[in-house]
Amino acid sequence: MSSSVSTPASSQTAARASKAKANSPVLEVKNLSVALPSGGDRANAVSNVSFTVNPGEIVCLVGESGSGKSVISFTIMGLLAKALKPVSGEILLEGENVLAASEARLRELRCTRMSMIFQEPMTALNPVMTCGDQIDEVLRTHTKLDAAQRKAKIIGILTRVKLPDPERIYASFPHQLSGGQRQRIMIAMALVLDPVLLIADEPTTALDVTTQAEILKLIAELQEGQGTGVLFITHDFGVVAEIAHRVAVLRWGELVEMGPTEQILSRPAQAYTRMLISSVPSIHPAHRGVRLAREMVLRTEKLGKIYSSKSLFQKSRVVKAAIGVDLEVRKGETLGIVGESGSGKSTVARCIARLIDPSEGNIYLGDTDIARIPAVRLRPHRRKVQIVFQDPYRSLNPRMTVGDSIIEGPMNFGLGHAEAMQRARKLMETVRLDPNALDRYPHQFSGGQRQRICIARALAMEPELLIADEAVSALDVSVQKQVLELLDEIRQRLNLAVLFITHDLRVAAQICDYVAVMSQGRVVEYGAAEQVFGAPKHEYTKTLFAAAPGRNWEFGKFAA
Amino acid sequence: MIDFIARRLVSIVPVLAVVAIFVFLMLRLTPGDPAAVIAGDNATSDQIADIRAKLGLDLPIWQQFAIWIGDMLHGNFGESFFFKKTVASLIAQRIEPTLALAICTLILAVVIAVPLGVIAAYRHGTAVDRIVMGFSVLGFSVPVFVIGYCLIYVFAIYLGWLPVQGYTRIGVDFGGFLEHMILPSVSLAVIYIALIARITRASVLEVLNEDYIRTARAKGLSNRVVLMRHALRNAAVPILTVIGIGVALLIGGAVVTESVYGLPGLGRLTVEAVLSRDFPTIQAVILMFSVVYVLINLLIDIAYTLFDPRIRY
Repeated sequence: MSSSVSTPASSQTAARASKAKANSPVLEVKNLSVALPSGGDRANAVSNVSFTVNPGEIVCLVGESGSGKSVISFTIMGLLAKALKPVSGEILLEGENVLAASEARLRELRCTRMSMIFQEPMTALNPVMTCGDQIDEVLRTHTKLDAAQRKAKIIGILTRVKLPDPERIYASFPHQLSGGQRQRIMIAMALVLDPVLLIADEPTTALDVTTQAEILKLIAELQEGQGTGVLFITHDFGVVAEIAHRVAVLRWGELVEMGPTEQILSRPAQAYTRMLISSVPSIHPAHRGVRLAREMVLRTEKLGKIYSSKSLFQKSRVVKAAIGVDLEVRKGETLGIVGESGSGKSTVARCIARLIDPSEGNIYLGDTDIARIPAVRLRPHRRKVQIVFQDPYRSLNPRMTVGDSIIEGPMNFGLGHAEAMQRARKLMETVRLDPNALDRYPHQFSGGQRQRICIARALAMEPELLIADEAVSALDVSVQKQVLELLDEIRQRLNLAVLFITHDLRVAAQICDYVAVMSQGRVVEYGAAEQVFGAPKHEYTKTLFAAAPGRNWEFGKFAA
Repeated sequence: MIDFIARRLVSIVPVLAVVAIFVFLMLRLTPGDPAAVIAGDNATSDQIADIRAKLGLDLPIWQQFAIWIGDMLHGNFGESFFFKKTVASLIAQRIEPTLALAICTLILAVVIAVPLGVIAAYRHGTAVDRIVMGFSVLGFSVPVFVIGYCLIYVFAIYLGWLPVQGYTRIGVDFGGFLEHMILPSVSLAVIYIALIARITRASVLEVLNEDYIRTARAKGLSNRVVLMRHALRNAAVPILTVIGIGVALLIGGAVVTESVYGLPGLGRLTVEAVLSRDFPTIQAVILMFSVVYVLINLLIDIAYTLFDPRIRY
C-alpha cells in the first residue's frame, strides 16, 4: 500500500491542526451537479456527487474519460470552461462555499488555500518565463514579502521538492528541464504557500514510470508533512493502489462508490468497479505456451539511427537514438519493445517501417534487407509492414470517410474499388465494427472504435508484420482490454508477426511472447516475456519493474 | 547568434544582386526615354541624341549595367538625370519625412492594434469582439487615399484643426512637425491597425487555450496579468512577423500618403523619378528599400529571441 513515509508530524502541522477545527474536512463536496451545454450526450457532466477530503488525506477520484473527474476538480478551483455551469450543490473549502464566492475571492483562495497541479508538465508552465519568476508571481500576488524574502522562500520550496541546484533551476526556463523536474516546479508552485487542499489532476500520467514513482513519493511526503488534503485524479489503478487513502469511483458524472482503498480494490461492491479493476492488465505475464520454430518475418542486425546536426560555426551535435539493435520476430509471435520516453523504441519501429532511414545495420524482411534499398524497390515491401499509431484521434484523416481510409492502401497497390470495399467490409467485421459504418467520418467514432479502424486500415494491406506503436496507451483501461484482446485474436487467426511498442509494463506482460527492454538507444535485456518479467537480470529492468505503480497488487483477484 | 547575424548580412548580397538586375532591366525595357523627358517638348532629335550620349544611354545595355554596378561598388550612386544632383544627396534630403512617417505610423498602429486585438480575443464572441473585427475589415477595404482625403476634409478643411498638407522639419519646429504628421500617420496606420489587431486576436486566442494560461489562472492571478504577462508574450512571435511584413508594405503606402499630404519624402521622390524616367534615382531608391527590408526582417528575427527563450539561432 501507500509507502507512507513516517515523518513525525511537524510543528507546522500541529499548528494547523489546532488552528483548523480538528478533524473537520478541508473539502466537502455536497450534491454537486454541473450542467453540460444542451445538445451534449447527457444533461450533466457531474450529477449529485458528494465526497469529503480530510486534512492529511489523499482521496483518489478514479474514472474513465468522460466520467467527470476533471470537471469536478476544475469546479472546485473555479476554473470551469464557460460552457459548463454548476447548477446545484455546495463545495465547502474549510467551510466556505466556493461556488458562491466572487471571482476576486476565488483568486485570493487559489494557491493560498487550494492549489492545483496538472497532467502535462510540458505545457503547464509558461515557456517564456523562468521557473523562478513563475513561482515568484504567486508570492507577489498573494503576499507582501520583499524580493529577498521571496527569493529565499522560493529556494526553500525548490529544495523541499528535491530539485538539484535550486539556484540554477530558479533561473532556468521550462524547456531546459526534464518532465519530472517540471512537475516538481509545478508542485513547488502549488505548495509554496502551504494550501490546505491540493488538487492533482493526473499529475503523473504523462511521466515515465520511474519518474512517476518519484513524483508520487514526493507528493505523499509533502502532504503528510504539511497535513495537506489531496484530491488526486487518476485513471490508473496502479497509482490508486500506490497513493490513495480513500477512493471514489466515477462513471458518467455519477459517483459509483466510495471507500477506503483496500476495500474498493479488493472488495468492490459495484459491478462497474469490478469490471474496471478486472480490466487492469496483470503485471505477471500470462503463460503463452511453448513456441515452435516458425518462419522468420523480421530480423534486425546491429540496427542504428544517429541524428546529427552540422553547422559551420557550431559544435555538431550527435544523438544516438538507437545503437546496435538486434531483434527477431517470427510468424504468429508478438515481440514487445518496452522502454521509457527517449529510449529509442519508437525510432526502431520507424526504422523498421522505413518511415525514417536507419544509419547503420540491416533490416531483413524475410530474406530481403530493406535497410538501404531505394524508394522504388522498397515500395513492394511497404505493404508487408503496417503500423497502428498511438493517438487514434489524430492518425485518421478527419476529412476522409473511414472506408476511404481503409481502401486507400490496397487501391494504391492495384486493388479495384469494389474488391477493396469488399475487403474493408470484411475487416470491419474482423475488428467488430458495423460494416455499414464505412461511409462515416472518424469524429463519429469513439477513441476505441477509431483504434479498431486504424487496425482494420493496417490489416487491409495484408501485412506480414504489424507494428503497434503505443497503440493502446491513449485508451481507457476497459477499452484497452478489448483492443488488446482483439489484437491478440487477430495475431492468432492471421498468424501475424506483431511488434508491440509500449511503455506500459502491464500491457507488455499480457500481450508479448518476447520482450526487449530498451534504454538510451540500446536493448539492455531481451528474452521470453515470462523470463524477463519473472527474473529480470539487468539493473535497468529491475528499476523499471520496481517503479511500476501498484506492482504488489493483483488487480481483479477480489475477496469473496 | 553572431553566426546567424553574419549569415543573414551576407545574404543581403545575392538579394541586392537580383534586385539590381531586375530593376535595371525593368527600367530599360519599359517605354519612355529619359533623354526626351529632359530635352523637353521642343527638342530636336540631335539634342536628344546629345543628351543620350552624355548620360551614357547610347551604350549597350550590358555596358551601362557594368558602369552602374562599378560606380555603386565605389559608393557612387550616380547623378540624377532630372534633379541635377547626386542621388545620395537627393535621398539624404528626402529621407526625413519618410522615416518620420514610417515610425509614427508603426508606433500608432502597434499602440492601438495590439490592445484592441487582446481585448477582442479576451472578449471572444461578444459584441466587443465583433465591433473590433468589423472595423478591421473596414480598415482593410478602404484605400489609403480615400481615408486620407476624408481625414483632410474633416480635420483640416471643415474643423480646421490641422494643416491640410506640407511638412515641417523636426529640427525646425517640433510642434509643427507633429501637426503635419498626425493626419498622414493616421491614414497610413489604419490598414496596419486592421492587420495587426486581427493577427493579435488570432494569436492570443490560440494562446489562451494553452495549459499554462490555465496554470496562471490557478495561481490566482488577475485577468489583466494573465492576458498581458502570460498570453501576450507567448503570442508575440506571429505579431512581430506581421509587423515586419507591414514595414515592407509601408513603403508602398508611403508613396500614396506622401502624395496625398504633399510630404517631400522618398515616396514622392520615387513617383517624380519614375515620371521623369530618372533611372539612377529609381535604381538607388529601390535598392535602398531592399536593404532596409532585409535588415528589418533580421531585426524582427533577433527580436523573436527576446520574446521566446526557446528560439536560438
